[in-house]
Order: sequence, then C-alpha cells, then structure tokens
Amino acid sequence: MSTPVLIASITDRFPDAVSTSHCYRGDATLILRPESLLEVARFLRDDPGVQMNYLIDLTAVDYSTFGKSPSPAFFASSGVTVRPSPQIQDEHPWPGPPASSRFTVVYHFFSTSHKHRLRVVVPIEETVPEIDSLTDLWTGANWLEREVWDMFGITFRGHPDLKRILMYEEFEGHPLRKDYPVKKRQPLIGPDN
Amino acid sequence: MTKTEPSYLTTRLDEALGWARKFSIFQYPFVTACCGMEYMAAACSHYDVDRFGAGLPRFSPRQADVLFVVGTISHKMAPVLKRIHDQMADPKWVVAFGVCTCTGGFYDNYATVMGIDTIMPVDVYIPGCPPRPEMVLDGLMKLQDKIQDQHSSGKRSAPESRPPDLMQKGFDA
Repeated sequence: MSTPVLIASITDRFPDAVSTSHCYRGDATLILRPESLLEVARFLRDDPGVQMNYLIDLTAVDYSTFGKSPSPAFFASSGVTVRPSPQIQDEHPWPGPPASSRFTVVYHFFSTSHKHRLRVVVPIEETVPEIDSLTDLWTGANWLEREVWDMFGITFRGHPDLKRILMYEEFEGHPLRKDYPVKKRQPLIGPDN
Repeated sequence: MTKTEPSYLTTRLDEALGWARKFSIFQYPFVTACCGMEYMAAACSHYDVDRFGAGLPRFSPRQADVLFVVGTISHKMAPVLKRIHDQMADPKWVVAFGVCTCTGGFYDNYATVMGIDTIMPVDVYIPGCPPRPEMVLDGLMKLQDKIQDQHSSGKRSAPESRPPDLMQKGFDA
C-alpha cells in the first residue's frame, strides 16, 4: 500500500483519533491522540491490508527546549547545515512540535508482508506523562518502553515490569530530559566525576 | 675440565621475583567496548603478547595478576569492576587500555566513569582511541619494567593513581 493510501485509509477509519499527518519523501507519519493509541495500534497490527507486524523502534522526544537555543550538536557547531533539498518538493511538511505537550512518543512500524512502514507520534503531557503500553500487541515493546521510562520518565500503563533498563536502580531522575543537568553525576562508587 | 665444580648464581630476591613475575603475566581482560577488538588484535599471533609472557588470559580474577580494563566503564559497571579488582590476589597490577579507561575519553555524561583511576589504582595508562598494537606492546613493556622494579614488600616505584589536585570536584546538580 502506498503511503498516501495508507495515511488515507487510517485517517478515514479513525477520523477522531488522527489529529494530523505528514509525509516526507514517502515516509508517512501519523500524529494520534493519546487516548486512541491502543485502538489504532491494534488496527495497524491486525488489519489484513496494513499488517504492521514489526515494531521497529519506540522512543520519545523532549521538546521543552526545542527552538529556544542553538543546538549543541556536532552538526550545528560544525557549520554544516542539514535541511531538506529544495529540488524535491515536500508536499506534506512537518507541522512542527506539539503545541502544548512537552513530550512525544514515537513508534516506527513495518510490515514484513506488505513492505510498508509508518511512523506514529503521540503527544504526551508534562503533567501526566502516561501512555498505554503496547506490550500486549508487540512483545518487543517491553524493553523499548522500559528504556523510554528510564530516559524520559514516561509511564506506560499496563506494562508488565516497568523498571529501569539502562541506568541502575539507585539513579534519580531521567537523564534524557532536557532539564536534567548536563554535568550532574550520580556514581555508585568513587567521586563525582 | 676434569671435575665439575658446583656452580651458583647470586642475585637479590627482589630482582629474582621481579624477573619471574614480569615474564609470567596472567592477565584478566575486562573487555567492555570497541577497544576489545584492538585488544584481540594485539593479543593474537600477529603482534603476539605471548612474546612477553602475557599470552594466557585468565577469566577468573583469583588466577590473574594484571587487570586489563579495556573499554568504556559506566557508573553502573564500576562496582563490578571494583569487585573484580578486589578479588585479585596480591601482587596485582592494573592497565588502563584505551582513552576511555584513562580519562573517560570523549564521553562526558551522566553514564560514564571519567577514568578508572577514580575508583582503583592504575599502573600503566595506554591512551588512544583505540591504541595501536605497538602502543599496547610498549605499555606492556613499561608494565614489565614496573613489575621488575617492584619491591618484595609491595612498594612500587611510581605514583599509583591520579594526583588529588587533578581529580575533578563534584558538581552541584
């Protein structure tokens, strides 16, 4: 199924769930309302025309400092500008970061039978950083959701064993949140270095 | 020569012990990251650390003399490494292999130990990202010199860890 058709089929079926969509060079992205994530995800997995049987990746983004300061990333300081080529038209451009939500959780799906892929983005409020777990639909979501909880502090409702996966139990805070101090260290032994 | 005289050799106990120890290095490779590939290259037959008597890695700290810390050490891993070091019997030596173990390397973040000398004494630092096998062999020979010079009481010839004024102070959150 081609990407515009894929987007249209999901949007037509769940007009209330899909808040917007965009498409870049044939890679489709759906932005969903958080409360309908489970319903849409089940459709994505089970519908014979979609059959997203592979959850490639599950991660999150913290937009709290987005656009507020120059990026300290390597490419920004190197003077190399990374932007879409003007020669290729971007017909469904990215609408920008979520208006009020601090986080988004990002899911990448792939269908091994239909060979098409889809990115699903769900905005998450800062006050209640919670979203339904997808572990019942894709078992592989288990560790990925634990990583997102560890790094961003987003809770997944219905996760069987939501605990830290990369950092140690004694670690306080969530290091990939933009308000986690860059220089803060929490060593288990030895000095703060 | 009609009659065999009993022959003998005199030496100092320290020198005899040092000579014996420096050519029978049983290493414990604590390999955590990409430097492990370079460690394998240096240890295998092409560069052959066996020429220096260090050809037999022991994967038990109880049987090892030299702890090779190869690769980035995270704060989560640090207590494990410290325990491995504590389990090794004296006399023991520590080699920091690669710049991550020496100083943290290019990592300066919430997860990485900024040099294993913040948690244990280090005898030889082999910097490089990764170090060339020649540097590893050079470090191994320096370690042999150090083992040779070690007094039988355990006293060593060089400072064992980073001087206190070079240790970074803790940050206020």
